[in-house]
Amino acid sequence: MSGCPFNHEPAEAPDGGTQPAAVGPHRRGVSRRGLFSLAGVGGVGAVAGLAAGYLSHDAVAAVAAPAGSGSNVVPFYGERQAGIITPTQDRLHMAAFDVTIEDRAAVIQLLKDWTAAAEAMTTGRTTGATGAVDGSYDAPPEDTGEALDLAAGKLTLTFGFGPGLFEKDLKPRFGLEGRRPGALIDLPHFPGDALQPERTGGDIVVQACADDPQVAVHAIRNLARIGFGKVRVRWSQLGFGRTSSTSRAQATARNLFGFKDGTANLKSEDAAPLDEHVWATAGTHPGEAWMAGGSYLVSRRIRMHIEIWDRTSLREQEGLIGRTKGVGAPLSGGEEFTAPDFAIKGRDGEPLIPIDSHVRLAHADQNNGVKMLRRGYNYTDGSDGLGHLDAGLFFIAFVKDPRTHYVPMQMAMAKSDKLALEYLKHTGSGLFAVPPGIKAGGFIGEGLFA
Amino acid sequence: MPGTTLPKITLPKIASRSRKSLAIVAAAAAVPMVLTGCTDNTKSPGASASAGPIQVTSTKTECKVSTGSVPSGNLSFAVKNEGTEITEFYLLAEDGLRIVGEVENIGPGLTRNLVITAPAGKYTTACKPGMQGDGIRAAFEVTDSGNKTVDADFQKLVDTGVQQYTAYVKDQTEQLVTGTKAFADAYAAGDASKARELYAATRMHWERIEPVAESFGDLDPKLDAREADLEPGQEWTGWHRAEKDLFPPAGYTALTATERAKIATQLVADTEELGKRTRTVVLSADKLGNGAKELLDEVARGKVTGEEEIWSHTDLWDFQANVDGARIAFENLKPALAQKDAALATSLDEKFAALQAELKKHAKGDGFAYYTELSPAEVQQLAALVDALGEPLSKLTSAVVL
Ligand SMILES: [Cu+2]
Repeated sequence: MSGCPFNHEPAEAPDGGTQPAAVGPHRRGVSRRGLFSLAGVGGVGAVAGLAAGYLSHDAVAAVAAPAGSGSNVVPFYGERQAGIITPTQDRLHMAAFDVTIEDRAAVIQLLKDWTAAAEAMTTGRTTGATGAVDGSYDAPPEDTGEALDLAAGKLTLTFGFGPGLFEKDLKPRFGLEGRRPGALIDLPHFPGDALQPERTGGDIVVQACADDPQVAVHAIRNLARIGFGKVRVRWSQLGFGRTSSTSRAQATARNLFGFKDGTANLKSEDAAPLDEHVWATAGTHPGEAWMAGGSYLVSRRIRMHIEIWDRTSLREQEGLIGRTKGVGAPLSGGEEFTAPDFAIKGRDGEPLIPIDSHVRLAHADQNNGVKMLRRGYNYTDGSDGLGHLDAGLFFIAFVKDPRTHYVPMQMAMAKSDKLALEYLKHTGSGLFAVPPGIKAGGFIGEGLFA
Repeated sequence: MPGTTLPKITLPKIASRSRKSLAIVAAAAAVPMVLTGCTDNTKSPGASASAGPIQVTSTKTECKVSTGSVPSGNLSFAVKNEGTEITEFYLLAEDGLRIVGEVENIGPGLTRNLVITAPAGKYTTACKPGMQGDGIRAAFEVTDSGNKTVDADFQKLVDTGVQQYTAYVKDQTEQLVTGTKAFADAYAAGDASKARELYAATRMHWERIEPVAESFGDLDPKLDAREADLEPGQEWTGWHRAEKDLFPPAGYTALTATERAKIATQLVADTEELGKRTRTVVLSADKLGNGAKELLDEVARGKVTGEEEIWSHTDLWDFQANVDGARIAFENLKPALAQKDAALATSLDEKFAALQAELKKHAKGDGFAYYTELSPAEVQQLAALVDALGEPLSKLTSAVVL
């Protein structure tokens, strides 16, 4: 995307927008950049002092370049979790965890520990009291260290809870009886699904998005490490290029089929539609009220038959998508953002935008006006051993209620979308309840465990 | 103006959810607007045929063509619709009736390319805003560039190839109907071992003509749906339903005699319906070309991965049948292709032969080894040869149709 005229840094619009970017004296962790500059300014003595832990963290925070500010930090605290309507960063590392213990207090403690670590990492600091290099010489460092010297990179960490957190083998877990939201369904089988259990489900999901892949990988790695003995990574996924834009400041990205994707996506600027389609409500029974202001995250690992696509004529590619490959205009005419005209007919009375094209099937007009906010990423997990790229789209969407905002559309697509039938294969899947944002001093999912 | 409207090329439309039936009239394609008008400055001044596309601008009242005369060879028109209605562009022969090439359904604001090969002669260009009436016409000339143009008998060769393939489809469906009856009888009668024996060989007739068979959107799922393709509540019938029953996985509950009879009866009825419908299918060169490519895609997607026959593991039978179908389509088009692109014809010959030789290594008796008997290296070798063939095969259609 380099050289893209739209790729300027948009003004930071934190999700919910209510949280000041506080840099409190109580905060733990060392600024990754700060450490670096301190070494430069203070020289050997200062570094030695740090390493021995003589300087208090307050002192470090005071000496170091102020973390938690600047255009590469997306505030962690707020009314909503970051990483939903935050302008989509370029890189993804998402991980789903299974909780391997049955102790409620331990889970709460883990969520608290994760909250502290997440807050530190999203502001560009290291995790733990002593970070990567400030601890005992004879102990493994608390922070894994590969993000030292790197900026915050607009890292966002977004947490969600899968059905398995609420019940296992039909028995409630962690005292969460009656707390599972009705919208957190078990997804049905969609035609053509080829789901692999090792890429599907999970009790807790963490979406790490950043402009720097190493920052995103570092975040998941450190959270996993903190969770050892309590949680185990069930699956994880790296994404290398965003395939949708969630802000009008962003250019529409392309998927691995070479087409612009997400042109009609909901944007962070669309406040009213976000309420209508993305933000969850308090639900219908008191036990699910904790989800008010949250959202539901649908993840699907969609393998694309890239090589077969590449042998397909441009005419057919455009017909399958319903847009031109060049500018991304709907086949009914106009420019990229021209609204598609599904009624307009061409030769023989056939619609210009084919009946079974992806654009038509996915469009709100064909789905009871339903929209979703997508944050998908291109992925490549190397090759499949048969000389083909194991590549595709890691689809992520945030919806108000998957029963109305995901399942019907996906069912229609799986049934009639020629693209899905011939070129796509869903190999992984997940559905997670993403609670609302975290207030300073609180922790992830506090409402659920209240 | 009765009698003067442009004749429409009628290519049969097969109602279908399958993409094989796309009627390609000419290679029309949208191009990014930034590319239109780009010329290759590195070419020598004499090679004017490669001087970039001829620009056509279509509005409600005008059809501007950037030049009225070009040397013979490959012509490329970039047709931009600057009007507000859907437009079309035609290159007509001197008589103003015969269509040499056309690009239809250009939405307002869009640009599409028309690429054709045209011998020297007089022509007429026409834009047709609103797709109505006679179009806005102008004279157009193609001068002799000295490049060897295509033999006049070319169209005859294409027509012959299409006729031959139509006969092939008929023959295969007849054999499919006969074979399916025998299979269904054995299956319904509870003769599982005979049904297992007939299963893979009978399906080969289906797999050879899969693009045509699949073009009937209602019959394809009834006959060939795999369990994973079903939606909740959908009734599962057809070959793979019987497959699971005949090659049951662990813990599977066998169907009752009544259930089997029902599957068998339905299978025969749907296959007979298929046979009936294929009688009236009108094929064309682009369908042959695309169908051949499509068959290879099927191999790459489902057969070489062992996903098609997950219980019987008879994927190599299907594999062979898909390759057969693709090869027949190619060979029917080969005389025409040899005129247009002899090198492509040769390359396809070689690649079909190489793939066939590799497949033959896995032949056993009248059939093949089961997919599960292949080593990873053997699967890789097959996949590599499929890819090697699939890439040039994807160029067959445009080579013959342009
Ligand atoms: Cu899409």
